[in-house]
Amino acid sequence: MTAVLQVENLSKSFGGVVAVSNVNFAVEKGELLALIGPNGAGKSTCFNMLMGQLKPSAGKVFFQGEDLSGLPSRAIWRKGVGRTFQITATYASMTVAENVQMALISHNKRVFSVFPYAHKLYRERAMELLSLVGLADQADRHCAILAYGDLKRLELAIALCHEPSLLLMDEPTAGMAPSERERLMALTASIVADKGISVLFTEHDMDTVFAHAHRIMVLNRGELIANGTVDEIRNNAQVQEVYLGGGNLYESNEAG
Amino acid sequence: MKLRRHFLKLTVAAALGLTAVAGQAADTIKIGEINHYKRMAAFAGPYKNGIELALSQINDAGGVLGKPLEFIYRDDQGKPGEAIKIAEELMTRDGAVMLTGTILSNVGLAISSFAAEKKYLYLASEPLADAIVWSKGNDYTFRLRASTYMQAAMLAEEAAKTGATKFATIAPNYAYGKDAVAAFKKALLALNPDVEFVTEQWPALFKIDAGAEVQAIEAAKPDAIYNVTFGGDLAKFVREGTTRGLFEGRNVYGLLTGEPEYLDPLKDEAPVGWTVTGYPWYDLTDDANKAFVDAYMAEYDSGPGIGSLVGYMTAQSIASAITRAGSTDTDALVAAFKGLEVETPVGPIMFREQDHQSTMGAFVGTIALKDDAGVMVDWTYKKGEDYLPSDEEVAKLRP
Amino acid sequence: MGLFVAQLLTGLANAATLFLVAAGLSLIFGVTRIVNFAHGSLYMLGAYIGYNLMQVLPGAFGFWSSVLLAGVIVGLIGVIIEVCVLRPVYRAPELFQLVATFGVILVIQDLALIIWGAEDVLGPRAPGLKGVVRILGEPVPMYDLAMIAITPFVLFALWYLISRTRIGVLVRAATQDREMVGALGVNQAWLFTGVFFLGAALAGLGGAAQLPKGGADLLMDFNILAAIFVVVVIGGMGSLPGAYVAAVLISVLNVFGVAYIPQSTLVLMYVVMAIVLLVKPYGLFGREEVAGEHGQVGEPERPIKPASLRVRLIVGAGLVLLACVPLFGSNFTQVLISDIIIFCLFAASLHFILGLGGLVSFGHAAFFGGGAYVAALIVTYADTPMEVAFLLAPLGAGLGAVIIGWLCMSRTGVYFAMLTLAFAQLIWSLVFQWGEVTGGDDGLVDIWPSEWLNDTTPYFYFTLVLGVGGILLLRHAAHSPFGYALRASRDSSRQAEATGINTKRVQWAAFSFAGAMAGLAGALFVFSKGSIFPSELEIARSFDALIVIFLGGVKTLAGAVVGGASLEYAKDLITRFEYWRLTLGLLIIFVVVVAPEGIVGTARKAAERVGLLPDPSKQS
Repeated sequence: MTAVLQVENLSKSFGGVVAVSNVNFAVEKGELLALIGPNGAGKSTCFNMLMGQLKPSAGKVFFQGEDLSGLPSRAIWRKGVGRTFQITATYASMTVAENVQMALISHNKRVFSVFPYAHKLYRERAMELLSLVGLADQADRHCAILAYGDLKRLELAIALCHEPSLLLMDEPTAGMAPSERERLMALTASIVADKGISVLFTEHDMDTVFAHAHRIMVLNRGELIANGTVDEIRNNAQVQEVYLGGGNLYESNEAG
Repeated sequence: MKLRRHFLKLTVAAALGLTAVAGQAADTIKIGEINHYKRMAAFAGPYKNGIELALSQINDAGGVLGKPLEFIYRDDQGKPGEAIKIAEELMTRDGAVMLTGTILSNVGLAISSFAAEKKYLYLASEPLADAIVWSKGNDYTFRLRASTYMQAAMLAEEAAKTGATKFATIAPNYAYGKDAVAAFKKALLALNPDVEFVTEQWPALFKIDAGAEVQAIEAAKPDAIYNVTFGGDLAKFVREGTTRGLFEGRNVYGLLTGEPEYLDPLKDEAPVGWTVTGYPWYDLTDDANKAFVDAYMAEYDSGPGIGSLVGYMTAQSIASAITRAGSTDTDALVAAFKGLEVETPVGPIMFREQDHQSTMGAFVGTIALKDDAGVMVDWTYKKGEDYLPSDEEVAKLRP
Repeated sequence: MGLFVAQLLTGLANAATLFLVAAGLSLIFGVTRIVNFAHGSLYMLGAYIGYNLMQVLPGAFGFWSSVLLAGVIVGLIGVIIEVCVLRPVYRAPELFQLVATFGVILVIQDLALIIWGAEDVLGPRAPGLKGVVRILGEPVPMYDLAMIAITPFVLFALWYLISRTRIGVLVRAATQDREMVGALGVNQAWLFTGVFFLGAALAGLGGAAQLPKGGADLLMDFNILAAIFVVVVIGGMGSLPGAYVAAVLISVLNVFGVAYIPQSTLVLMYVVMAIVLLVKPYGLFGREEVAGEHGQVGEPERPIKPASLRVRLIVGAGLVLLACVPLFGSNFTQVLISDIIIFCLFAASLHFILGLGGLVSFGHAAFFGGGAYVAALIVTYADTPMEVAFLLAPLGAGLGAVIIGWLCMSRTGVYFAMLTLAFAQLIWSLVFQWGEVTGGDDGLVDIWPSEWLNDTTPYFYFTLVLGVGGILLLRHAAHSPFGYALRASRDSSRQAEATGINTKRVQWAAFSFAGAMAGLAGALFVFSKGSIFPSELEIARSFDALIVIFLGGVKTLAGAVVGGASLEYAKDLITRFEYWRLTLGLLIIFVVVVAPEGIVGTARKAAERVGLLPDPSKQS
C-alpha cells in the first residue's frame, strides 16, 4: 500500500541560498508525524511547498500516488489535504460557525452560488465539527473576539471540513498556554485515531512532540538528519548536538 | 442692494422647501433660471445682475400681464443631471412658467432635450452650441445669444479681407471648440477657397500646455491664427505666445476674446492687434446701449460683461413673450416666441421662426491697450441675421 | 533639431510645477497613508496667496520671497487641516480620511471665491525673467529655464532632508513601517503634522511658482488633481525621485503629444499610466506594498445577518410609503427620490466590492457612466428600444468590469485603486475626445424611455422596482455563499485559498457583478435624464460614491444606502444656499469627526450604549 504522502528529493533555494535540500520522507495512513528542527531549519519552507504556496526548486510530492507539484494550495486542498496555520487565519468578520460553514460551502463547490443564505447552509455539519473541537457553545460568537486557543481549535474544525486524508499542521500549539497545548494535541490525536487521518505537524514544544507523535523527523539546515520513533530520536546523537546550541531537547523552545 | 436682499429672502424660502410659495403663485410670474453660479461664478454673476436690472425696470413699469415678473435662481453645480432635476422642481413645485439659463453648452443641451420631452419652454440664454437650435433643435427651445457659428462667421469675414492664406487654429478640445473651428473653416473657405489650414491645435479644456501649443503653431509657420481658447487657457496662451513672439507679424482672430469676462483678467497683457468678438461697453454711445450701460453701472458700480447684456436681454425677451402671448400657458408662450421682436440695448432682435435662434449680433473689433487694460477699438456691431445660413440650409440642419 | 530641443525644454519646465505638487502628495501618502484629495486646493491657495504677496513685495527679491512665503503659509494651512480635520480620524477605517479631505475641498472652494472673487487672476511675470533666450534659434522663455534649473535643487534639498537628516530617517521609517516609528519613541502625531506641513508647502510652492506661466483661478484645484495623481502613481507612491521622473515623463510626452497627436493629449497620459502600472505594478520607483492580512484597519467588521422580520416589515412599510409618493407628492418629489435611488444603487454596487471585498476602486464611475453610455449609444445609433437597452447596459458595463477587473486583479490595496482610476480615466478621456461617436462634451441627448414609461410617475415606479430591486439583490448576494466567499477572501486570503476558494476569481466575479449593477444604475440614470455626458464618468463621480460609503459606514451593510440617501438629500437642500459648498463641506467634516465609523456604524454603537440594541461585547 502506498503512503498517504510521499516526498521525493524536495529542494528549494532562494537565490543562492539553499533552504531545503533533497528531503525524502513518507507519511503513512493514520500516522502522527512530527517535523522538528531549530529555527531556520526549513520547516516552514517545507510546509509551504507541500501546501502549494511555494514552488519547489526540485523534487516531487505525491499524495495518495498523485503528483501535487505545481498545484495551487486550493487544488491540493480539494484532493483531501487540510491544513492549519502557524499564525491563525480565520475570517474575523464572521461568526465561529460561519467560519466552518464557509469551508463546507467551498467543499460542496457552492462558492459562486448567490441564491441560498450562506449562514443556513451545512449548519448541522458545522455544529458537529464544532462539537468535535469543543466550540459548540461558542458557535454564534463573533470570531474576532475569540481567545487565541479557541481560534486554533476553530482552525482545526475548518481543516476537518472536507474529511481530509492528510492534515498539515504548522506549529499547531504556537502561542498557546501550556495547559491548552496539551488539550489541543490530545484532541488532535484522538480525532486522528477516530478518523484514520494522517497528520504531519511541525512543533517547537518538545513535550508536545514526544507526547503525541508516532514518529519524528528532524530537519537541520534544510537537510533531514533523522527520521525515526520517539525513542530513536531522543537518543540520536546528531539530533542532540543540533539542539544543544538552541537549548535542551527536553525543554520547550518558545521562539516562534 | 435691495434686490440682493430680496434674492436672499427668496433663496432662504426655497431652501426651507416652503411649498407655501405655491400659494403666492397667483401674485407673480415665475421664471426658472438654472445656472452654474458657483462653477462659473465669473460669468454667472454679471449675468444675474443683468437679469435683476431688467426685472427691476420691468416691474417698476408694472410687470407683465399686471403681475410682477420674478426669477428663481438655482445652482446646478455645472452638472447636466442636476440641472434636469432642478428643472423639474422649478416647473412642477415652484410654479415656474418656463425655464432659462445655463452657460455651458452641455447643460443647455440636456435641458433642451428635457424641455422638449416634458413640453416645457426653455430659452437657452448663453450656451453657444449650434446644436441647440440646429441638429438637436426642437419646438420648445429658443436661443438668445449669437451662436458659435454666427460669431465664427463674423471673424471669418474679417479674416478673408486680409491676404492671409495659411491659417492655424487653436481651440479647446471639446464640443464648443470643435464647432467653432468647423464653422470658421466653412465660412472662411466659402469666402476664400485658397485658404489652407496648416495646423489644428486641440488643448484639453483648462489643461492647456501653452508652451507646447505655441511651439507647435510656430513650427507650422502660419500667416494667421484663429483662437478659440478662453479663460485660464487664453491667459496662458497669450502669455506664452507673446513671450515667444508667436503673434508678431501675424493676424490673430479671437472668438469671444474681446468679451470683458475674458479680456479684463489679461490687464496690460491683452493681445494688442487681435481681431475679436466681444463687448466694448465702455465705448458705446447710441441711446439704447448707453442707457443700459449707465443703468447697470449705477446699480452695480462696475461695467457690464457680455453676460450682463445677455441676462438683461433674457429678461426683456421673456417679458415681451409673455406680454405677446397674453398668458403663461406654454403653448401660447412657444407661439409668442416664434417671430418675437424685442427692443434691446443692441437694437431690435427677432427670434426666428425657422430655427428659434435670435438675431442678436456681436461686436467685432480690434484689441488695443488703454490705461493698462485691454479694450476693443474700431469695432462694429454685426447683426446676427447677416451671419446665419440660408433658410434652406437651416431646414436641412434641423431634425 | 532646434524645435526638438525647445520642446524638450518646454516639457522640463512644465514638469517643475507638476513635480512640486506631486511630491507633496506623494510624501503625505507615503507617511500618513492619507490620499489627500485636497492637494489641488492647496495648490490653488498657493497661487492666490503668492499672487497677493507679489502685489505687495517689489522686485525680483519680492517675487521669489513671495513664492517661498506662499509655500510656508500654505504649509501652515496644511497644519490646520491636519490638526483639526484629519487628526481626529486617524483611527478610522483606512481611506476614511479621504472623505474629510473632500470636505476640505468644498470649504476651500467657497472660501477662495469669497476672498479672491470669481474673476481669474493673471499671474505677475517674474522680474528679470520676462524675456526669451534663443537656443538653436528657438525662443525659450527665461522663466522656463529658471524653473528647469531650480527643480533639481528642490529635488536635491528634499532628498537631503529625507536621506541625511534625523527627520528624514523618521519619515522614511514611517513610510516603510508605521508601527516602527512608534517603537522609536517618536510622537507619531507630531511627525504626521510635520509631513503635512511639508507636503502642503510643496503644493503651495508649486501654485506660486506657476504664476508667471499662467495665473490663479477657481477651477485650478480640480484641473491639476488628475495629473498629480497620475504622476504620483507612475513614479511610485511615496517616492520623490519617482515623482520627478514621472513629472518629466508626463510633461515631455505631453509636449510631443501636442505636436503629433493634438486631438488625443488627454488619452495619452492615461495610456502611459495604465501601461506603467501593468508592467511595474508599484510604479517606476515604488516599493511593493506590504499588505496586511485584513484589508481594513480598526475594529473588524461585525458578522452580518439577514434582516429580521421586524426590520423587513419596517423596510417594507417604507417601500409602500415610497410607492404612495405619486399619490400625494409632487412630480419633483418623485424625481428627487428617483435620483436618490439611482445614486444609492450606484453606491451600493461599489460598497459590494469595497465593503465586502476590501477592493477599493477609485474608478467605479467607469461602470455607471459606462452603462449609461452603452444604453445611450445603442439608442442613438441602432434605435434600440429602451427595454433592450436596459438589458445591454448592465451587460456592457459588466463586460467592461470583466476586462478591467482581469487587468487589475493582480494588484492589491491602493495600487488596485490607482489602476482602476487609470482605466476609468482612460475611458473618460476616450469618451471626451472621441466626439464623432460619443458627442464628446456635448454628450448624447434625447435618450428617453419607451412610450409606456415616458412620464414621471411610471418611470418613478420603474426606478423604484429596478433600483430597490438591485439594492436588495446586492444585499442578498452579501448573505449568499458568494458574498461570504468575498468576505472570506478579504478577511484571510490564506485560509480561503487553503480551503479551496479561488480568491482572485471570487473577487473578479464580484468586481464584474458590481460593475454590472453600476451599469444598471447608469441605465436608469440616462433614461431619467434623457441625456448623458462625460461628467458621469469623471473621477468626481467615482468619489461621490466612495464618499457616501464612508459617510454611511463602510463596515455596515446599509452604509452605502444610508450614506447615499443622506448626502443626496442634504445636497438637494443645501445647494439652494448661496454658500452651499462651504456648508456642505463643513457638514461632511463634522460628520467625519463625530461619526468616524460612519452614520450607521456610529448610530449602532450609540444604540448599543443606551441599550436599544444588544451590546455584542457583553455577549457570553
